[in-house]
Amino acid sequence: MAPPLLEVTGLSKRFGGFVALDGIDLTVAEGERVGLIGPNGSGKSTLVNCICGTLVNETGTVRFDGEAVDGLLTHERTRRGMARSFQLPRPFATLTVADNLRVPLLYTVNARPGRALSAAALDARCVELLQLVALADKATQLPRDLTQVEMRKLELARAMAAEPKLLIADESMAGLSQSEVDDIVALLIRLNERGITIVLIEHIMRAVMKFSQRLIVLVSGKKIADGRPEAVIRDPEVERAYLGQ
Amino acid sequence: MRTRVFLLISIAVAVVVFFGARMVNNDYVFFAGYTVLQFIVLATAWNILGGYTGYVNFGSAAFFALGAYATVFLHKFYPLPIPLLIVIGGVVSGIVGFGMGYLTLRLRGAFFAIATLALAVVLQTLVVNWDYVGGSRGAYIIRPNEIAVIGPYVQYLFLLMLALVVIALTVARGIERSQLGYGFATIRDDELAAEASGVPTLRLKLVATTISGALMGMAGAPFPYYIGYLQPSSAFGLEYAVNSIAMPMIGGTTSWVGPLIGAVLLGSLQQIATVTISSAVNLLIVGLLLVAFVIIAPNGIIGLVQGWTRGRAK
Repeated sequence: MAPPLLEVTGLSKRFGGFVALDGIDLTVAEGERVGLIGPNGSGKSTLVNCICGTLVNETGTVRFDGEAVDGLLTHERTRRGMARSFQLPRPFATLTVADNLRVPLLYTVNARPGRALSAAALDARCVELLQLVALADKATQLPRDLTQVEMRKLELARAMAAEPKLLIADESMAGLSQSEVDDIVALLIRLNERGITIVLIEHIMRAVMKFSQRLIVLVSGKKIADGRPEAVIRDPEVERAYLGQ
Repeated sequence: MRTRVFLLISIAVAVVVFFGARMVNNDYVFFAGYTVLQFIVLATAWNILGGYTGYVNFGSAAFFALGAYATVFLHKFYPLPIPLLIVIGGVVSGIVGFGMGYLTLRLRGAFFAIATLALAVVLQTLVVNWDYVGGSRGAYIIRPNEIAVIGPYVQYLFLLMLALVVIALTVARGIERSQLGYGFATIRDDELAAEASGVPTLRLKLVATTISGALMGMAGAPFPYYIGYLQPSSAFGLEYAVNSIAMPMIGGTTSWVGPLIGAVLLGSLQQIATVTISSAVNLLIVGLLLVAFVIIAPNGIIGLVQGWTRGRAK
């Protein structure tokens, strides 16, 4: 079997006396669609931040694409093919929508060895990415002119612009309407079909069930379940965590 | 427009300005003009760090003074031509800018600003207690009256500062339109998202502090020859710190044009006020204008103009 794309072993993170993550082990295989769920405060975003290097974990290792990435800064991990979108969209407010995508193209794609894009190719790639998320007609606008769902699409497009192997989408659908959620799920599945491994962190169960091939459940910083979605949601421990006793 | 074309155009404008000033045939024009030009360089340099990356530097005077004191130091050691002194001043201030960046860029917002202010205080204390460069007594630099080809020495200094303006504006504009400019803008907007997009934020911030510091040092290097007598309180003067911030703010911080407009406007106003009212009124003008602009046009003159053109386009 090929080694997993992402392999987290024994990862722990504490904030002062509070243990946010406690010995997390998980693997994600190449091409997989994994859902990561858990109640509020269970450590999902902290886990993403540790995997991406925004936070530093005290113990445990993160291996990506066969190499340990501990100690690498966020931008170095991004260049190796790990992209993430943020829970609350964080667009570059003073850059146009198209330029928001230009940044990862310039700093990630062009920073990889042997494949610098020309100015024309950059422009074309920006248009292509905007078409992918149906934002092509907003290219010259500023992020503040976008609606909430457009902002989330921009967030995903910017993560995609880095041409990642692994995309971690952190609650990219919170607060959206049902049709908008379907929209984003369809987009993520489309991306996955292009060969991108995706970890989806989400509260909306309908979206998670539709999207995931495998489901991982975090509760109070511990992994309590990992397996086929249908089996995992019937797990009594998961039910207890979500519904109370 | 390509950077090379821009450089040629700004050189042409500089030549016109120089010969225009000569036509007036009054050395005071050069004397006052030098100060305005010096502020264009300082404001542009400040804006590379403060405007493009959003890190507010309150220690501009320290970098300016470093350039000036490098000149004083070398003048006592062995007199060198001023263009060379400008390069040396730039290198010294650039290195200090890099060092300051390395030590302080983990701080954000007001904390960074306070750290830069502290740097200015520390450096001033050092200079005050360093006898070789005059200490608190100050240092005299006797400049020649005339120089070959150009004539009056003040015209030579004016010309040098004009060249520095051209360099500073070309650098600023070049950064704005390059990959570096995009990187700086992402640091200003959201550092976390910038890192996640692959931008090496710490490295870019060091580039910004180094370039910004170097340009300020270059602006300071000819100053002892201009002023003739350099003392710590004038080199580390409050007006340099305040003006380098106020000018880009009033002009607009997102583009190289902003600091230029702000410096020409505010610098000229101050020179006029110095002659007609009193030199003490300078900082009052800056303060009042800054308050007015914060209320009326928080994005400076550039922001006002952009607002108008946007409004008309809609």
